[in-house]
Amino acid sequence: MDERAVPQKNDKKKKRAVMRTVILAILIAAIGYTIYNSATAEEVSLLEVGDKAPDFTLVDLEGNDHKLSDYEGQGVFLNFWGTWCKPCAKEMPAMDRQYEAFSNDGVQVLAINIAQSDFEVQSFADQYGLSFPVVIDKTKSVMTAYSIRPLPTTVLVNPEGNIERIITGEMTEQDIEGFMEEIKPE
Amino acid sequence: MENLQCQCGHTNPPGTKLCESCGRSLTEKEQNSKLVDMRYEGTARRSQTYNKSVIDKIWNFFSSVKVGVSIIVVLLVAAAIGTILPQQAFVPASTEATIKDYYADTYGSVGRVYHALGFHDLYSSYWFIALVGMLAISLVIASLDRFVPLYKSLKNQRVLRHPSFMDKQRIYGSGPAAEDTLEKAETKLKELKYNVRTDKNGLLAEKGRFSRWGPYVNHIGLIIFLFGVMLRMIPGFYIDESLWLREGETRAIPEVPGYYLESKNFELENYTGEGGEEVFGEALDRVGTVAKNYQTDVVLYQNSEDALPGAADSQEVVTEYPIRVNQPLKFDGYAIYQMDFRLDELKAMTFALTNKETEESLGELTIDLINPVDNYELEGGSTVELLGYYPDFSGFENGEPQTATPLPNNPGFLVELTTPETPEGETSFITIQNTVEPLGENDFKLTFLSADTRDVSGLTVRKDSTLPILGLGGLIFMIGVAQGMYFNHRRFWIQQKADGTVLLAGHTNKNWFGLKKDLDRVVEYASLPAYTDQQDEIDKVEKAEKEGETLS
Repeated sequence: MDERAVPQKNDKKKKRAVMRTVILAILIAAIGYTIYNSATAEEVSLLEVGDKAPDFTLVDLEGNDHKLSDYEGQGVFLNFWGTWCKPCAKEMPAMDRQYEAFSNDGVQVLAINIAQSDFEVQSFADQYGLSFPVVIDKTKSVMTAYSIRPLPTTVLVNPEGNIERIITGEMTEQDIEGFMEEIKPE
Repeated sequence: MENLQCQCGHTNPPGTKLCESCGRSLTEKEQNSKLVDMRYEGTARRSQTYNKSVIDKIWNFFSSVKVGVSIIVVLLVAAAIGTILPQQAFVPASTEATIKDYYADTYGSVGRVYHALGFHDLYSSYWFIALVGMLAISLVIASLDRFVPLYKSLKNQRVLRHPSFMDKQRIYGSGPAAEDTLEKAETKLKELKYNVRTDKNGLLAEKGRFSRWGPYVNHIGLIIFLFGVMLRMIPGFYIDESLWLREGETRAIPEVPGYYLESKNFELENYTGEGGEEVFGEALDRVGTVAKNYQTDVVLYQNSEDALPGAADSQEVVTEYPIRVNQPLKFDGYAIYQMDFRLDELKAMTFALTNKETEESLGELTIDLINPVDNYELEGGSTVELLGYYPDFSGFENGEPQTATPLPNNPGFLVELTTPETPEGETSFITIQNTVEPLGENDFKLTFLSADTRDVSGLTVRKDSTLPILGLGGLIFMIGVAQGMYFNHRRFWIQQKADGTVLLAGHTNKNWFGLKKDLDRVVEYASLPAYTDQQDEIDKVEKAEKEGETLS
């Protein structure tokens, strides 16, 4: 073989190795990405801690509008609930007590009922003597925007308007106290 | 591995079976066989030749057709196992924990293993996606490894082949012929739409080479298809959500921000067998009722720009539409399909306030179960005050009535009845066909008169931006199939030696009958020597041997 052939052959070998590496890398990256996406598919539509809390406006039982962005600078304790949901009912009195304690420190509680009638929500609020505003999400649009699945779900919004924490399931009074402390403005 | 030097002087890469230049057999096996193996033109599949680095080893693994077929078999078996127990979407549980418990409780340890291995959500389980990905890798690499050498070898074909290449072709003939034979053959072959090349004393006629690319085109289609399926996992490309919508309700459409849907009416229409439908009479008598139409009349609303979720009065009507089966409401890339329904959910109940003894009615009232009010005034000065409403009454807990769901499946009412005769009021707890009087015997009661109902539409919200990609993949796939199946790559090699003897060989990737028909015409026109189908002869000999064995 002549002298020229050897470097040529090495070049070819190098080229081949690079080609193969590149093709394999692309294919493996595509698979990895797919698996990653499928693993997080459940959560993609859900909000994550640190996200900006989607703004909304809902009407409470007294007919007052509550717009989330109006509470910027305060911590907002969003509690999604329904009268049929027993753990929701259980945590209400504790939420009410903690609201009394924290409302002067800039923590706002908004209890968001999922599409029930005024009558049911009103009698529930009267029965438990709730002092925080109770709003009704008549079209489930806020529920959809927050991707709420199980009830109760509580979303803590910090004074900057970002999501501090998402709690699904019942909370104890200590939990609630701790959470309100978390979103209390400085 | 060493390069292979052919007698003709050409250097072939290791693994080559037939010399790239002249076509001589290079391996002992090829030299001893009666016919040459024309797969991939006897070229070296690239992956077989280098096996040094890790990358090469991975590459070789995926280049193997055996590995590819094994992956397909494993996928099929996995998919089959996935049908044994129901997938999680069809299981009456919604959260991860309850789904897990459901499998364990319903199917015992089998269910536990099934869930642990991810069979309950097969298409989303990591290993299944990984296997499909490996299949994709296998498709790409196996195709590249075969396509590239085949392409090069067909592109660089020489006209003149060694006689040993020719006499090992399935179609072969040799014999004396006239001087103008080659020219005549060329004319006829050109007439038959062959591409003819000549070189010195030989010619190569070729037709339909593109048929050889069929399998690779086919694989490109598959890869595009798999790419489309992969995109479905990426948020925004694929939405498949269900929405239960009751008549009169307006709901935010899940996964479609800013849009709302209101159901005006649901209708289930059956064939009556009357008025132009008499022809169906007999069939209807046989099978009973047959549905003619499922329809939800909807109004689509869109939030005006920068309106917030929950804001009332900011919705604008986009369109009104009757959604029927296979006639979805389409808007903005989304489609809403009629999928399911439930008839006759309770909507309102009408009662009469009656005196228990005299059964005299003091008036009627209708309670809207969706939006009840506190107080119902009757004409005669009586009132019914609603103290509590439990849409899906499920029993008492600490003396407190409970509701299981927000739906009025089993409404319970705690009411106070006030009449001119009983101004202090009487308390009564009413459920369907049952009245409890918790504070002592009452003089008056609410008598159930009638109920209003409403229907529920089961709708599906769908968006699939991957459809064009899937369609393209499918189209390319079919083009590849047609290319490979309905076209043949036919070749003839003809050489005339100095003494006038003509060598003639033919090859096709399929449809030997068609090849022979072409050749017959050329042989006749150009008076070429007669040819034989050597495969036929081998088969004949084998058959004879077999028969001989059975006879002896």
